[in-house]
Amino acid sequence: MKTLVWVEHDNASVKDATLATVTAASQLGDVDLLVAGSGCAAVADEAAGIAGVGTVYLADDAAYENALAENVAPLVVQLMGDHDAFVAPATSNGKNIAPRVAALLDVVQVSEILSVVSADTFTRPIYAGNAIATVQAPAGKLVLTVRGTAFAKAEKTGGAGTVQAAAAGGDQGLSTFVGSEISKSERPELTSAKIIVSGGRALQNSENFHTLIEPLADKLGAGVGASRAAVDAGYVPNDYQVGQTGKIVAPEVYIAVGISGAIQHLAGMKDSKVIIAINKDEDAPIFQVADVGLVGDLFKIVPELTGKL
Amino acid sequence: MKVLVPVKRVIDYNVKPRVKMDGTGVDLANVKMSMNPFDEIAVEEAIRLREKGVATEIVAVSIGVQKCQETLRTALAMGADRAILVLTEDEAEPLAVAKILKGIVDEEQPGLVILGKQAIDDDSNQTGQMLAALTGRPQGTFASKVEVDGDSVKVTREVDGGLETVSLKAPAIVTTDLRLNEPRYASLPNIMKAKSKPLANKTPADYGVDTAPRLKTLKVEEPAKRQAGVKVGDVDELIGKLKVLGVVA
Ligand SMILES: Cc1cc2nc3c(=O)[nH]c(=O)nc-3n(C[C@H](O)[C@H](O)[C@H](O)COP(=O)(O)OP(=O)(O)OC[C@H]3O[C@@H](n4cnc5c(N)ncnc54)[C@H](O)[C@@H]3O)c2cc1C
Repeated sequence: MKTLVWVEHDNASVKDATLATVTAASQLGDVDLLVAGSGCAAVADEAAGIAGVGTVYLADDAAYENALAENVAPLVVQLMGDHDAFVAPATSNGKNIAPRVAALLDVVQVSEILSVVSADTFTRPIYAGNAIATVQAPAGKLVLTVRGTAFAKAEKTGGAGTVQAAAAGGDQGLSTFVGSEISKSERPELTSAKIIVSGGRALQNSENFHTLIEPLADKLGAGVGASRAAVDAGYVPNDYQVGQTGKIVAPEVYIAVGISGAIQHLAGMKDSKVIIAINKDEDAPIFQVADVGLVGDLFKIVPELTGKL
Repeated sequence: MKVLVPVKRVIDYNVKPRVKMDGTGVDLANVKMSMNPFDEIAVEEAIRLREKGVATEIVAVSIGVQKCQETLRTALAMGADRAILVLTEDEAEPLAVAKILKGIVDEEQPGLVILGKQAIDDDSNQTGQMLAALTGRPQGTFASKVEVDGDSVKVTREVDGGLETVSLKAPAIVTTDLRLNEPRYASLPNIMKAKSKPLANKTPADYGVDTAPRLKTLKVEEPAKRQAGVKVGDVDELIGKLKVLGVVA
């Protein structure tokens, strides 16, 4: 089977989400990559170095600069003439583009696979991760998105892929990119951080996030996450949200501070290796999944903890 | 412009789903069902667009069993003008739903379709994108802000790194994220009024769509359980644990 993998990038370098996707795709067969973007030749060269990849299709055109699904999907469909499966990471781009591709190919999509059981059979989470379904796709082309935390990352180097230009279909004239507000952070990116410190509604305001959660994260070299309640209340930007409808993380250590542990939050972090919970309510559901729990007031515990580290 | 809002009947988000012993699925017998939370946000957005004078008519659609009527009545009680129920016993997959919705779009010619970004049962996050593909329309997924200006729809999207804004040519397909708005509750008088609003009954065959699932579910299992943890008494003990784990030196 020949797979085509969507390379997640920012027109400058390959994003980590690509690597787990390559691992998943390689369990299906030969891996080719698609680098669609603008001024992104360096990305294609970098991608060609990923272990085990074959052809890297480079579609370098202004129409692809911001990965607009309307422009990218026809490009993918065209390349699917020579491929049996389109595999994308379950990033916001992957989730945006893959179903558009699937519908154009008239095939169903399998979202956020956790494992490849066989060439047509996959496991995936349903009901906020409270159940795992094993599903078998019908014969024909496959469209999959991959949960990054469920697969090991392919090696970034050692590969000998060859870059080949793909014919650009250009701008479909349906949508235009207006602008973006990307949160800047020096801290490790949430989905690849080894340690994450997350804050919930109990933090009360963004000031407390800055003075309590961030110093602790910095001491530990950790990424910073949040519950929906903390995001909705405006303590932190939306891209900090961990959960069913936010980011899915599985770090070595997840420290939940003032987070109750609602089903929708657990869906995004319960595959962390070690979960640590700090909460003043000893009956909070978070303690049912925590490996280590400390019952008490975060406003006392967190400064003391940060101070003693 | 006319706004079409597809809504799905799903397990209530407060209920912890239980996997059936025989591994065939999640037990929905006697479980509280509600409108998918993202769809409530979609209905709310449509109503707000009408309050701004942008939307002229709001049509709610649901695809599924007879009980989806209740979900549609909820949408009508919130403020939708009329409803369409497409009756099927199949658990229609996103592709089949998108095909039925395309049939309805062709008939109704809405200027905007607003869907939820995902349903909290199958967590697919596909239907809106598929509908956009099938109708050849632009898509504004994961919307946290929607502004309609003539025949252009500006959508602010929640993306991995933050926010992104795109401008779409109407008719457009939008899917809602949590931050778009806070849905209103239906008042009692509005619930009463909703009972007499029009609700049309259709079948997938009316749109030439076969809803038989293409994906075969081989089994449904509970996820691996986590080992019970320990509680520590104070910060020093917590640091001791962090040391054992190698988190701190
Ligand atoms: C469709 C849908 C999707 C959702 N998606 C997500 C998602 O992706 N991610 C997500 O997180 N949520 C999501 N939610 C929301 C989720 O249901 C919860 O509402 C949310 O996770 C609660 O956040 P929280 O734990 O911060 O707040 P709360 O539930 O209010 O918990 C606050 C906790 O802090 C503790 N506390 C208070 N004061 C202190 C103190 N001084 N010291 C120590 N502890 C203290 C309290 O005991 C409590 O346990 C979703 C909901 C819906 C309906």
